Amino acid sequence: MEPTLPSVQPSIKTRRRKTDLKQRIVLFIQECWRDRLSYLFLAPFLICFAAFILVPVLMAAFLSVTSFNGIGFPKFIGFDNFIAMVTQDFVFMRNTLPNTLQFAVIVGPGGYILSFVFAWLIHQLPRGAREWYTLALYAPSMVGGVALSVVWVAAFSGDRAGYLNNILMSLNMIDSPKLWLQDPNYLMIIMIIVSLWTSMGVGFLAMLGGLQTVNTELYEAGRIDGIKSRLQEVYYITIPSMKPQMLFSAVMTIVGTLQAGQISSQLTGMTVTPNYAGHLISNHIEDYAFLRYEWGYASALSIVLLMMGYALMRLSYVLFRTKEDE
Amino acid sequence: MYRSLRRITFSQWLLLLLLTGIGLFMFIPIVFLFNNAFKPLSELFIFPPTIFVRQPTWANFERLFLFTSSGAVPFTRYLFNSAIVVVIALIGVVLVSTMAGYVLSKHRFHFKSLIMGTIMISLMFVPETVLIPRYLVINALGIRDTYFVHILPFVASPVAVFLIKQFIDQIPDSLMEAAKLDGATDVYIFTKIIIPLIGPAVATVSIITFQAVYMNVETSQFYVTNETLRTMAYYMTSFTVNIPGVAAASLGAAIGLLMFLPNLILFLTFQRKMIETMLHSGVK
Repeated sequence: MEPTLPSVQPSIKTRRRKTDLKQRIVLFIQECWRDRLSYLFLAPFLICFAAFILVPVLMAAFLSVTSFNGIGFPKFIGFDNFIAMVTQDFVFMRNTLPNTLQFAVIVGPGGYILSFVFAWLIHQLPRGAREWYTLALYAPSMVGGVALSVVWVAAFSGDRAGYLNNILMSLNMIDSPKLWLQDPNYLMIIMIIVSLWTSMGVGFLAMLGGLQTVNTELYEAGRIDGIKSRLQEVYYITIPSMKPQMLFSAVMTIVGTLQAGQISSQLTGMTVTPNYAGHLISNHIEDYAFLRYEWGYASALSIVLLMMGYALMRLSYVLFRTKEDE
Repeated sequence: MYRSLRRITFSQWLLLLLLTGIGLFMFIPIVFLFNNAFKPLSELFIFPPTIFVRQPTWANFERLFLFTSSGAVPFTRYLFNSAIVVVIALIGVVLVSTMAGYVLSKHRFHFKSLIMGTIMISLMFVPETVLIPRYLVINALGIRDTYFVHILPFVASPVAVFLIKQFIDQIPDSLMEAAKLDGATDVYIFTKIIIPLIGPAVATVSIITFQAVYMNVETSQFYVTNETLRTMAYYMTSFTVNIPGVAAASLGAAIGLLMFLPNLILFLTFQRKMIETMLHSGVK
């Protein structure tokens, strides 16, 4: 009898596995049906999310490996777009990429650190006074770069009536009015200053909220444990306690920084700035998408920008993720 | 405020002074915007240039309304478009995001972690990067040159869903279990228990959405060719680009002020609720 057993057992096993799978699928469908209300509640969001975020991103990924001019059907060309970006697109390598890096490195971390410092300072005030200062710092980001461009254009205007020119001339620092916005040497600096001005946005408010969540008993405990200065207190207690808000704020800062492409064209009134001085990746995308109709190449640029954003987000997660034991 | 002021120390006075300085400095553009909006044309060309207005006038606003009414599309049309788009988008975002946030926070179902993970990644999503594919989608859906194109893309807001979900997370489950024992349905729990408790988060999401929609220029620029369907933000941009120099500064400032005021009022009304929401905004 013994030799027959091995040949019988496998068939039973496979049959059992098959019924297992079948049962599991049935169970899965039953569970999905049981949770139908949850899916129904989620449906409106998921449909919009799919249509305007997920599908566009996937399409951008697909178009990035094609040659497409908006008419006809996209032609598959592999990684040629990305290769061309590095080897043939001189404007990209010489202007766009360095500009974007310079802008992002200063405005991103700069705006982030400023937001934290200001939020921390405001938090030291008595409760009643906080709101007014919050308002003053948050207000520029509310007006937004676009609505404020009127102000900046007048402030940095190239004639003698421009506010900056007027101040510098009365201080005898320059002898003739400078064309601040048309001069490639100054445009980038002005863009950075203007962007920093409006960088106290949602991330800033998140930090203010985060500071309120810090357990004040920790400060007393820290003093007993030998924390000497306020700076040490911030580094060892405040920031670790509000890591989740720091992370949210970092993500908001990344979005804000990568988005900033309108500012250069707002300041100069041109899509492509003089000598590409203020040319950021988002301007480059707009240039190729809506002036040259090279949609395949523009999509490849979009993918590069999205990847940059994703990499930066991963970096912030590494820096601020709450660890299991905390 | 006075009672708390009496208790502060010398170092706090120093801090107050420093912050007042920073605050005033940051506020310069806003002061400028207010003053320029009320400057008569003669004061704009004064040399040396002044910041504060001497003889305030409503002329810029009058010109704004009259100037464009002689053009192809009256200014009021842009204003109307902005208003209707913002109101509908706000209702849409709040409704859609609270529903999604509630389910993601309190229900258990398949794919939940997948959906949550996708939302967390898309917090960093920058709409500007997918202008072209969005154009193709919008074309395929046939909503180009309609009000829908101003509204629907904003209804998909990962940040809104995230903030609301985080806020609902801190509502104790026992509240819902008790209601369920009494025979309450999910719809009842959602409308009668959850919604009344998440006021601050709804206010915050409204403000964020309001800013995004109201200030949006790209939609009007790229997805709308019919001038009568474009919004005020677009009108303002085209305005500052087309009429450079000081002359546009006063009209531009007038529109800028009109753009800013609703934002300011909303923020002043809901500032505390916004900070309250931010207590729970952390990403863990």
